[in-house]
Amino acid sequence: MIEVRIHGRGGQGNVVAAYLLAAAAFETGRHCQAFPSFGAERRGAPVTAFVRIADQTIRRRCQVANPAFLIIQDSGLLHIPATMEGLLPQGGVLVNSPRTSTELTQEYGRPMTALPASALAQDILGRPLPNVALLSAFAALTGLMPADALIKALAHRFKGDILERNTKLIVAAGQLVDAGAWKEVAHA
Amino acid sequence: MLEALEGSQAIARAVALCRPGVVAAYPITPQTHIVENISKLVADGKLNTELVSVESEFSAASVVLGASAAGSRSYTASSSQGILLMTEVLFNISGMRLPVVMTCANRAIGAPINIWNDHSDSMAVRDSGWIQLHCADNQEAVDTTIQAFRIAEATELPVMVCMDGFVLTHTLETLEIPDQDLVDRYLPPFVFNRMLDPQNPLSLGTLVGPEYFSETRHLAHEALNQSASTIVDVDREWQNLTGRSAGGLLSVEGPDDAKIGVLAMGSVVSTFREAMDCLAAEPAKLMALRAFRPLPEEAIRSACAGLDHLVVVDRALSPGFGGIVGGEIKAALSGMKDAPQIYNVAIGLGGRDVPLEMWPRLLDVPKQGGGFRILDLEPAKLGEMS
Repeated sequence: MIEVRIHGRGGQGNVVAAYLLAAAAFETGRHCQAFPSFGAERRGAPVTAFVRIADQTIRRRCQVANPAFLIIQDSGLLHIPATMEGLLPQGGVLVNSPRTSTELTQEYGRPMTALPASALAQDILGRPLPNVALLSAFAALTGLMPADALIKALAHRFKGDILERNTKLIVAAGQLVDAGAWKEVAHA
Repeated sequence: MLEALEGSQAIARAVALCRPGVVAAYPITPQTHIVENISKLVADGKLNTELVSVESEFSAASVVLGASAAGSRSYTASSSQGILLMTEVLFNISGMRLPVVMTCANRAIGAPINIWNDHSDSMAVRDSGWIQLHCADNQEAVDTTIQAFRIAEATELPVMVCMDGFVLTHTLETLEIPDQDLVDRYLPPFVFNRMLDPQNPLSLGTLVGPEYFSETRHLAHEALNQSASTIVDVDREWQNLTGRSAGGLLSVEGPDDAKIGVLAMGSVVSTFREAMDCLAAEPAKLMALRAFRPLPEEAIRSACAGLDHLVVVDRALSPGFGGIVGGEIKAALSGMKDAPQIYNVAIGLGGRDVPLEMWPRLLDVPKQGGGFRILDLEPAKLGEMS
């Protein structure tokens, strides 16, 4: 079973990101589970969401304490100790940031993968919503699912121009990361 | 067909498959997504029902009371303070023997205000005369929702389907939504023999004095007790059709020769099912109590036969007494020959996370002994609060 934690701020589509990732995993024939840990439900407040992906039925319903992967939608949250808490030693961290992976890795003393997700989304969607770009990068890094699965999951929620732009965003974001770099952790 | 759906979305779909005539509800977290999804199905032309937006939960319950009395299959949903505001009407619905189905998206009750999951709300209306069924996962919640209409209409008793708020309602997971054909075969159209009819005028819920009131209470008690066999039959029939049981009155897992058992209700059961398999702990039985009303005393007693220790898990408490389920299980086992020693703890109040590691902690409770307590209390915080 693969456990993922998504950190972001209210309004960044954290819960939608968790649901989309789980639904994309479902498109590849796996079992999935995604749920939010709501705090005070307001824009800007830190929000955490959880995703589990497995070949069998998922029965545990506790929060994800030891994720294999973190998807961080707002790099400002890296300064909160709880964000990195419990991450598996070999785990991967994907951060929405205009900085480079090398810069983040040096600053935090552990491997980090950066993606300028907000800028990409601003460019392609016209809004700085980082979630879909990050999911596409995550899918490419882990090799857990093809971009198509993510597009199918999106198609259950969006259509027309919005779906087309997001599809473009998925293709663009997937090309910016080292495909398969997290494959071993994802299949451990 | 297998789908990946949010719990609330799945419940809305299950309700739609049951073709309700009237749905009335007022939004409250964490129930809101259920009625939101139902209204979306109505707006998309996928569900033909009279959807009534009301101004309070008191009205929501009153609308389904009236609709049911007029012969419509009726549904509502609520949580927490919303259930409390409905309380007077809930007693009336059961007293009038109306087969309303309601989802309780279980949530704590304030003050202090807390939107997260525990069982305080459905426990507060424990004595309202409704059947109360608890679900461990969203598949059970879907299946129980469909079964609830069958049970309600066969027994002329209202059914409350209890599903943990957020933990189930807001969790997207893989589950099976049955086909419309299958549900149509399982759940025939609602025909209410006591339906209000201007041709045969009838009054419901009228004044009953001391000369008959005891008898009405006796009949209510009898009806609830007798509903147990219907709950079992309806679940068995569902299992024959779909291959899935939603848990009957009580389901038991674990080795037959285990000396310790844990009894729990709701979504923690699902977590414990996995913990039993993946954590090294002593062999134990896990009892998932699905029917809290009617309380299946006989099934509980036979599940407890051979146990030395039973740990009863509560997700709410009665201040000044302790665990509510715990107290009831003690009563149910009193006088039983070789009854296990019963221990009672509350966990997961107001949304406190229940991790896999809670399972071995529960199995440790008999070693510590003692009376009722909140097992996952963090005593250091009490100092901060004084």
